[in-house]
Amino acid sequence: MSGMLKRPSATRGWWSWATTVDHKKIGIMYLFSAIFFFGVGGIEAMLIRMQLAGPNGHVVSEAVYNQIFTMHGLTMVFLVVMPLGAAFANYLMPLMIGARDVAFPRLNALGFWAFIGGGLLMYSSFLLGGAPDGGWFGYPPNSVVSPGNGMTFYCLGLMVLGTASLISAINLATTIINLRAPGMTLMRMPVFVWMTLVTQFLLIFSLPIITVALVELLFDRRFGTLFFDPGAGGDPILWQHLFWLFGHPEVYILILPAFGIVSEVLPVFARKPLYGRPFVIFSGIAIGFMGFGVWAHHMFTAGLGPVANSAFGITTMLIAIPTGVKIFNWLGTLWKGDITFDTPLLYSVGFIALFIVGGLSGVMHAVVPSDYQQSDTYFVVAHFHYVLFGGALLGFIGGIFYWFPKMFGRMLSEKLGKVQFWLMFVGMNLTFFPMHMLGLQGMPRRIYTYAKGMGWDLYNLMATVGAFMLAVGSLVFLWNLIVTFRKARSAVADPWDGRTLEWATSSPPPEYNFAELPVVHSEDSFWHEKYSETRDGKLVRRESGPEPQSDDGSKVHLPSPSFWPLFVAGGLAIVAYGVIYGWPLVFFGAVVFVFGAFGWALEPSSEE
Amino acid sequence: MEAGTAIERKNDHGAHYTSTGLPTVKVAMWIFLASETLLFGGLISTYVLYRGRSVVGPYPKDVFDIPYTSVSAFVLLASSLTMVLALGAIQRGEDHRFRIWIMATALLGLTFISGQIYEFTSFFHEGLAINTNLFGSTFYTLTGFHGAHVTVGILMLMSLASLNSQGKVTKDNPIAVEMVGLYWHFVDIVWIVIFTVVYLIPTGSPHP
Amino acid sequence: MSTPSDVHEGLHERRHPEPWEYLKIAVILAVLTAAEVAVSYMDMNHTVQIAALLGMMVIKFVLVVLWYMHIRFDNPAYGRVFTLGITLAVVVYGVVLLCFGVFQK
Repeated sequence: MSGMLKRPSATRGWWSWATTVDHKKIGIMYLFSAIFFFGVGGIEAMLIRMQLAGPNGHVVSEAVYNQIFTMHGLTMVFLVVMPLGAAFANYLMPLMIGARDVAFPRLNALGFWAFIGGGLLMYSSFLLGGAPDGGWFGYPPNSVVSPGNGMTFYCLGLMVLGTASLISAINLATTIINLRAPGMTLMRMPVFVWMTLVTQFLLIFSLPIITVALVELLFDRRFGTLFFDPGAGGDPILWQHLFWLFGHPEVYILILPAFGIVSEVLPVFARKPLYGRPFVIFSGIAIGFMGFGVWAHHMFTAGLGPVANSAFGITTMLIAIPTGVKIFNWLGTLWKGDITFDTPLLYSVGFIALFIVGGLSGVMHAVVPSDYQQSDTYFVVAHFHYVLFGGALLGFIGGIFYWFPKMFGRMLSEKLGKVQFWLMFVGMNLTFFPMHMLGLQGMPRRIYTYAKGMGWDLYNLMATVGAFMLAVGSLVFLWNLIVTFRKARSAVADPWDGRTLEWATSSPPPEYNFAELPVVHSEDSFWHEKYSETRDGKLVRRESGPEPQSDDGSKVHLPSPSFWPLFVAGGLAIVAYGVIYGWPLVFFGAVVFVFGAFGWALEPSSEE
Repeated sequence: MEAGTAIERKNDHGAHYTSTGLPTVKVAMWIFLASETLLFGGLISTYVLYRGRSVVGPYPKDVFDIPYTSVSAFVLLASSLTMVLALGAIQRGEDHRFRIWIMATALLGLTFISGQIYEFTSFFHEGLAINTNLFGSTFYTLTGFHGAHVTVGILMLMSLASLNSQGKVTKDNPIAVEMVGLYWHFVDIVWIVIFTVVYLIPTGSPHP
Repeated sequence: MSTPSDVHEGLHERRHPEPWEYLKIAVILAVLTAAEVAVSYMDMNHTVQIAALLGMMVIKFVLVVLWYMHIRFDNPAYGRVFTLGITLAVVVYGVVLLCFGVFQK
C-alpha cells in the first residue's frame, strides 16, 4: 500500500505529462487539446457549409446535420475557446503574479483531466448511438423527448466539463487573490490577470446554474421527472432562464481572456503603457457584474411580455458601454505609439476591428422589436461568429504567436503568421458578413437545407467559399506549428521587449519559474526594471537591468507529480457512463472516485 | 501530510506568506460555498416555482409529517453545535474530546440521513415517486441533493476523527477541521431554508 | 508586502467565542425552530404567516453564518464573497420567479 502511495517522479516522457501538476505543462496540454478540438469543430463547420452551399443540399441527412451543428457549437464553446482561456490563464497567470504555481496544483491537474474526460465522453456519443442533436442550447421539450442517448450525453458531458471548469476557477481565483509576489497589489497586476480573475468569478457563479438546468434535464430524460413537461405543470421556459443565466455570463467568460491578451499585446507593440489602465480594469469588472443582468435578451421571442423585454433590452444596451470604454482605451494605446506590425499586433488589431462589428450587431439585437425579426435567423449566427471568431479566436491566436517563444523557446514564423492572418481575416468576413443579409432576409437558423428560389443562394455560396479560406488558414497555422517545432530552441527570454514578469524568466522558464520570488514596485514592473524615463519621456535602458533568471533553483521545493488527479477524473467519467448504462457502472465509478480521493488525501506531501 | 496542502511561500521566518494574510484553503472554501448558494438557490427556486402546480397528487399536505421532520431539523441544528465544540476542542489540543464531538456530529448527521431515508420511503409507499408529479420531482431532487451533500460531509467528519488519531490533524494543524466545519454549517443553513420553504410554508390548495 | 487583514470595529470582533456562547446560539436556534413550527400550524393571514416564517428562517440562517461559520469574528473578506453569492442568487432567481408571476396572487 505504501508503495502505491509513493509519488511519481518522472520528469520526461508521457508519464511525466500524465502525472504533472506543473501549471505550465497543464497550460500546454490545454493549448494543444484546444487546437485539436478546433480541428474537429472546424471539420464540423466545413460539413455544415458544404451542406448549405446551395439549396436542397444532400451532403448529410437531416438527422446527421442536427448532430453536426450541435457538436460544432458545443465543441467550439466548451472544447476550444474555454480551454484556450484556461491554457493562457494556467500558463501565464502564476508567472505574471510572481508565483511558482497555482494554489492547488493537483486540483489543477484534475481540472484538466476532467476536461479531457468530458470532451471524450461527449464525442464517444458518435460511436454509441449518436451525438447530441438538440443544439448547444438544448431547449426542451425537444431535448427531453429526443430519442436515443445523444442528449443524455449532452447533459453528462457538460456536467463533467462544468465540474472541471468550476474546480479550476476556484483554484485560479484563489491563486490570484492569495499568491501574488510581495508588492504586487491588485492594481499592479497585469490586465490579463484582472480579466482572468473576473472570468473565474463568472464561472464560479454561473456554472452552478447550468448544473441545476442539466440535472433537471437529465432527470427528465433518465428518471421521468416532469420539470419541463407542460402537461404535468412544468414549463420549458424554466430551462431557458436557467440556461441563459449561465449562457450569458458564459460569453463573457469566452471573451474576457481575449480582452486581457489584447490589453497585454498592444502596449508592447506600441511601446506605450495601456491607455486608461484603471478604466480597462474597472470596465472588465463592470462587464462581469452586468453580465448577470442581461440573460433574457436571448428570450425576447419567448413571450415574457413587454415589461421583462424592456427591462432586459435596457440592461443589454447598457452593457455595451464598458466594452466601448475598452475599445477606446485600446485605440488610445495605439495612438501615437511606436508601432511594430508583428503578427501578435496584427491579430490584436484585427480583433478590435471585428469585435466592433460583432458588438454593433449585438447592439442591434438589444433593440427588442428589431430582435423579434433577427432572433433565430442567421443574423444571430453572424453576430456571435464575429465576436467569437473575429474576437475571441483571433485574440487567442495573437496570444499564441506572442507567448509561443516563452512557452517553447522558439518563434513561430512571422511570414506564415501573416499569411494565416490575411486568410483568416478575409475568410472570416467572407463567411460571416453575408450571414447578416441572410438573416435580415429571413433565413432561419438550424435548418439542414433550404429551398431554391428563396434568394439565399449567393450569400450561402459566399459563406461556404469563405469557410474554405478559413480552412486553408487553419492548415497554414498547423504547418507553422510543424516547421517551428522542427527547429531547435533559440528564443531569448524577452524577444518582444515585454512589460510583464513572465519575460523575466528564461524561454521556456525553469520548472520553478523564479529562483527568487520577485519583489514588485509598480505596474508593468519588468518594464520599469529595464527602462527609466528622461524628463521629456524618452526611454533610457537601465545599465543594471534584470538578467533573465537562470540561477540554480535546486533549493526550491516544488509540488511532486501525482497520478491521483487522473484516477479521480477517470472515476468521474465512469460514473457519467454509468448513468446511461446502468447502476453497477455508477457504483464502480463512485468506488474509483472515492478510492482516488483517499489516495490523493493520503499520499505523502511534496516535502517528504 | 498537511491536510489542505497548498503552495504557500515561506518568508525568512519560515511562516507561510500569502498576499492577504489569510489561509489559502479558507479563501478557496468560502468561494466554493458562495458557488454552492447558486446551486441550491436554483433547486429551491424550481421548487418554489412549481409549488401548487402538480396536476395529480399526492400533494404535500397528503404526505408531510411536520412533527417528524421538525425532529430532523433539531438534529441537524444540534450537529452544528457539536461541530463548533469539536473545533474548539482541537484548537485547545483536547484530542480525545475533539474525537467525541466530531463523531457526535457524524452520528447526528447519520440520524438526519436515516430520517430522510425513512421519510422518502414512506412517501414512496404513499404513492409519491420522483416521476409521479411536479411535487415529487422537485421535492426529491432538492432534498436528495441536500442529502447527498450531508452524506459527503459525514464521510469527511469520520475521516477527520481518523486523521486525528494518526496525528495528522492536531492543535498545530487544525485547518481541515475548520474547513469541514464550514462545509457542515453550510449544509445546515441550506436545510434551514428547505425546512421553512418546503415543509412549513403552506402550499395552498392544489391545482384543480 | 503582505496586506494585513483589516480590523473592522463593531461587527467584526477579533476573538473566539467561548463554548457557552455557542450553546446560547444553539438554544436560540432551537427556540426559533419551535416557534416556526408553531406558526406554521396557526390559522392566520397567509401573507403574515409567510412573512413570519421567512423572517425566522433568515434570522436562523444569519445566526449560523455569523457565529458558527465565524463570519462575525473573521476577516470581512469571507463574508463579502459569501454575501456576493447569496445576493446574486436571490436577485437572479427572484427575477426569474417574477417573470413567472410567482409573486402575484
